[in-house]
Amino acid sequence: MANAIEARGLVKQFDGFRAVDGVDLSIPDGSIFGILGPNGAGKTTMLRTLLGIIDPDEGTRSLLGSTRPITQSRKVGYLPEERGLYQSMRAVDTIAFMGALRGMPLKEARDKGRVLLEEAGLGYAADRQIRQLSKGMAQTVQLMGTIVHDPRLIVLDEPFSGLDALNQAKLERMIRAQAERGVTVIFSTHVIAHAERLCESIAIIAKGKISFDGLVSAARDRLRPQVHLETETRDGAWRSALPEGTKAEGDWWHFTLPETGVEPLLKALVEGKAGVRSLSIERPGLHDAFVAIAGESVAAEMNEPVAGDLT
Amino acid sequence: MREIIRAAFVIGRRDFTAIIMSKAFIFFLIGPLFPVLVGVAAGSLGGQIAKEADKPVIGIAMDAGSTQKMVDTRKALAQQLGEGWFPEMKTLDPAASAGGTDQAAYLADKNNNLIAVVSGTLDKPVLTATAGKADQWDDEIALLAGYAASGQSTDLPKLDIKLVKKSAGNVKETRMLTGQAGQVLVFMLTMLLAGMVLSNLVEEKANKIIEILAASIPMESVFLGKLFAMLAMSFVGLIVWTSVGIGALSMLGANLPSLPTPAVGWVPFLILSTVYFALAYLMLGALFLGIGAMAATVREVQTLSMPVTMLQLINFFFASYTVTKFNEPIEKAAAIFPFSSPFAMIARAAQDETLWYHGVAIVGQIFFAILLLRLGVYMFKRNVMKSGSGGNDKEAVPKKLFGLIPMRG
Repeated sequence: MANAIEARGLVKQFDGFRAVDGVDLSIPDGSIFGILGPNGAGKTTMLRTLLGIIDPDEGTRSLLGSTRPITQSRKVGYLPEERGLYQSMRAVDTIAFMGALRGMPLKEARDKGRVLLEEAGLGYAADRQIRQLSKGMAQTVQLMGTIVHDPRLIVLDEPFSGLDALNQAKLERMIRAQAERGVTVIFSTHVIAHAERLCESIAIIAKGKISFDGLVSAARDRLRPQVHLETETRDGAWRSALPEGTKAEGDWWHFTLPETGVEPLLKALVEGKAGVRSLSIERPGLHDAFVAIAGESVAAEMNEPVAGDLT
Repeated sequence: MREIIRAAFVIGRRDFTAIIMSKAFIFFLIGPLFPVLVGVAAGSLGGQIAKEADKPVIGIAMDAGSTQKMVDTRKALAQQLGEGWFPEMKTLDPAASAGGTDQAAYLADKNNNLIAVVSGTLDKPVLTATAGKADQWDDEIALLAGYAASGQSTDLPKLDIKLVKKSAGNVKETRMLTGQAGQVLVFMLTMLLAGMVLSNLVEEKANKIIEILAASIPMESVFLGKLFAMLAMSFVGLIVWTSVGIGALSMLGANLPSLPTPAVGWVPFLILSTVYFALAYLMLGALFLGIGAMAATVREVQTLSMPVTMLQLINFFFASYTVTKFNEPIEKAAAIFPFSSPFAMIARAAQDETLWYHGVAIVGQIFFAILLLRLGVYMFKRNVMKSGSGGNDKEAVPKKLFGLIPMRG
């Protein structure tokens, strides 16, 4: 599979501070890719560098196969973190303007804008000025402007911030719909739950460095599953089969699944007549993986509750 | 290049529509009324003050006969040459003239309010005054004393006047006036527009739109689109002002002010003036956008643009000064120096019929405007967008500008 984005040794510094510090990254075509990191980790700077809004100080980058990202702008949709719209422009004209910037004929972009607004349930607001819309509605308009030209690659910088639960869910649906059409969607977030629900692959960034880049499942696989066992008896020969570090809690035993798997343990429990009441194997969540990869302190910075947060 | 122009058109169309539909455009249209009103008010007030204040009075402290001759001579000549030619005269106490030593006391007396005192005789008049006033009035007093002493007729001969339509000297002088009028108009418009385009960019930086623009199209298109939107708006303004001006004059029954035909003819002159206006504005606008690039806040923009505005004023005065120095080295320098070139070339179009100079000047000015635009973009990317040096990928770095200046990003 070709890569939508490739970066090698990317460095971007501001007044000596390395906001992006030697980033190597490959984002496969057609995937939903999440960039996770706390505020100030360098997510936005990295995205801006990859998109060619700013040039790096060191390293190389390639966007949709080109080393000059601006030449690919017609195939890219970008929603910046700091939302900005012309306040006196009508909603439909805003979408049309953004489409025209990306090469669409103005009339076509305006017609498409009306359709998108209708689909988003904002058809009634198409002719209203941006200043007359609520913040969430304005954000939706900007999002429509990001996708109006049917881009091959959509880059969303903190797209969920500022949205209520309903709109967050709508945005998730939109991201999935775009991905089903074969569009590559990249979004940055400091909320792990969104990435866990949407992404096939993620990159974890902290202090400008990428500490993990790969499949979500691979990130989880870095941690062994947790086993939760409830027995009728508390003593017996079977206890020697429990791995080292097992924590006891009443009739419950909690431990990490051994490398040898669960079968030898089950055999020992049955043969030792432990009386298994309950046994569950819990796969680690992305949050646990994140803590393991990025560290407890970085994870704590990301601990921002949001609607539908699974962490 | 095609993409840059296409994207610039998108930006220009948006900005033009937004400006034309805004309240700011109404203020732009009525803007020129204010300097006109202030000018008329200041002129009439200044005239009134001058009328009240500038009535110099000179005391005559001679013997009675000489004093009377001086007063009569002044009256006779002033009737023919105009009251403004000579100071008022006040007869002083003859006793004082006999003493001949109290002139300074007369001048010091606030009740007399004299600027000078003439004493002595008609053959040998003495003028007592401060250095400035003595220098100002000595010739006039000598003239009056000379006529008074000689007793010759003060009646000047009646001239028989024959009028012709033009003379070489007159055409040269009035064409200079045409050139200067064109310069002033173009200068005022360029300053007004450059300031507006700067405000527009700063506003866009403030409302975060710039991020979307920078991600979608080349920055050159953003700058170019903004410059041309403002230029188009100014043409709308010019059409409105001209129509209103002609309409107002027609309603008042007044004739259009008559200016001599420029050397290149009216139509080429107007076309060239429009082109030079556009180029002067594009150069200054690009420079102002570059300044906008260095500033983070509106206050910084104001601070940084002030010296440039002052320099542009000096540049304008330089070009104006050279109007009277046609074909001299200094005039040629003004025509070559990019910032003064549009103004100097407008004056040239009024005074010289050679057209190819304009072709060369226009090409040079376009070259310089593009150079300034690229530099503005470069500074904007470096200072505002905080763009880096381009990394290790040399393919990502466009070629050198005009083969001279390396331009990244």
